[in-house]
Amino acid sequence: MSEVQIPPEQLQKTCLYPAHVALQAKMSPFAGFMMPIQYSTITVEHLAVRENVGMFDVSHMGEVFVEGPQAEDFVNHIFTNEIRGFQPGKVLYGMMCYPDGGTVDDLLVYREFQPDHFLLVVNAANIDKDFAWIQEQAKGFDCKVTNASDSWGQIALQGPKAEETLIKVLGYQEAASLGFYEFCDVLYKGERLILSRTGYTGEDGFEIYTSPANIVEIWDRFIAAGVQPCGLGCRDTLRFEAGLLLYGDELSAEISPVMAGLGMFCKYEKDFVGKEALLDQKAGNLARKLVGIEIEDKAIPRAGYPVETPDGKEVGVVTTGYHSISLDKSICFALVDKAFSALDTPLCIRIRKKVFPGKVVKKRFYQTNYKK
Amino acid sequence: MSKIIEGLKYSESHEWVKVEGNIAVIGVSDFAQAEMGDITYVDMPEVDDTVDAGEEFGALESVKASSELISPVSGTVVEVNAELEDAPEKVNEDAYAAWIIKVEMSDPAQLDALLDAAAYKAQIGE
Repeated sequence: MSEVQIPPEQLQKTCLYPAHVALQAKMSPFAGFMMPIQYSTITVEHLAVRENVGMFDVSHMGEVFVEGPQAEDFVNHIFTNEIRGFQPGKVLYGMMCYPDGGTVDDLLVYREFQPDHFLLVVNAANIDKDFAWIQEQAKGFDCKVTNASDSWGQIALQGPKAEETLIKVLGYQEAASLGFYEFCDVLYKGERLILSRTGYTGEDGFEIYTSPANIVEIWDRFIAAGVQPCGLGCRDTLRFEAGLLLYGDELSAEISPVMAGLGMFCKYEKDFVGKEALLDQKAGNLARKLVGIEIEDKAIPRAGYPVETPDGKEVGVVTTGYHSISLDKSICFALVDKAFSALDTPLCIRIRKKVFPGKVVKKRFYQTNYKK
Repeated sequence: MSKIIEGLKYSESHEWVKVEGNIAVIGVSDFAQAEMGDITYVDMPEVDDTVDAGEEFGALESVKASSELISPVSGTVVEVNAELEDAPEKVNEDAYAAWIIKVEMSDPAQLDALLDAAAYKAQIGE
């Protein structure tokens, strides 16, 4: 893993840290923050999200606002996806790339209701790096960029009962009319609250952004309503099964969106930083590709384990792997030489002293259940 | 507070050994299973494999992490607990009943280097 070791006294805490301690969560450093890994067990929390509803503290995520006459041109310049023609109230997923095609970060872009205003939601581990990159790229554009990460808390409410729970507890009927990747602005105690039908679990759900004080109160209201608190442990098992990538594991400065199989989020009809390098990779000039691999055993392929051909040649490495909770299969993401990336290619994983045969499968292991 | 059984030998890496003549029955302590959480897989050697004291002979896997199993003694595996292949959760349910392997020891004097119940209790701070 690419987790950087940070001395404990320098770890940040989210506004919900006291709530996690009160719930006796198992805490661990993640992305520079002290975060809850689990409150009960990973399996219980995973299944709550798949079958019912669960909530996550994702206040560590970064919020960067871009506004000004050239805000759209600027965001389109650094973002791989196409934001022209995309309406206020919509959310888009995509990447920021370096000129060589390596990934700065993957992020959500919100087109706000106020003209020429955008919200960029970035990974917690990358906030400082991203903000520096965005500021550097913004030179020459008539727009203002603001890192407001410390002023916003965030809860992700996820699962088939998320809509019902959200309306029951907070009363926002607007939630029912939001489609997946749409958001609306409402008020909570007179302060702005962004209600976004997005998530990172493969299930329907909402991400709720508002002030830290509001987030603490909303968390307590969901707890009182019986919502299962869920830690980062099951956040990883859920996103992995749904074929969603994690920056640092499946995307990095060395792993481009094309290598990671995210080409559908790169739009080449426009110009953006990294476009030429990505086009070159798309034309076939890339060494490795990210694949899914399923093995025929209960042994668990973990990050860093070697991927081999049946005759023992090492051709790649596991990036994330689990014995899937929802599918009861041992599966992983792996970066492998392009020549071995086609579906059904036989590949083996070396797990400690043994080699387990398997094959390349689709990365979306679990059938997602998003609101249409 | 985790369970520690008198009369067993313990390793610093949290394996227990029950001595039956020249056979060492090996499992993991209650403390170890609690630290791991829900165990989903036990990676075991095969009968007739040799194991070396202080060397890895398998692993326990939970959802999130894997933990190596270190053999407290050297010898030859004479039996593995096949029940754990389909029911790894038995290690969580009763770590002292869910033995993992039985080893015919090549050097029983290695047992002297292991901890007794009191010393193991002190090591895990209980």
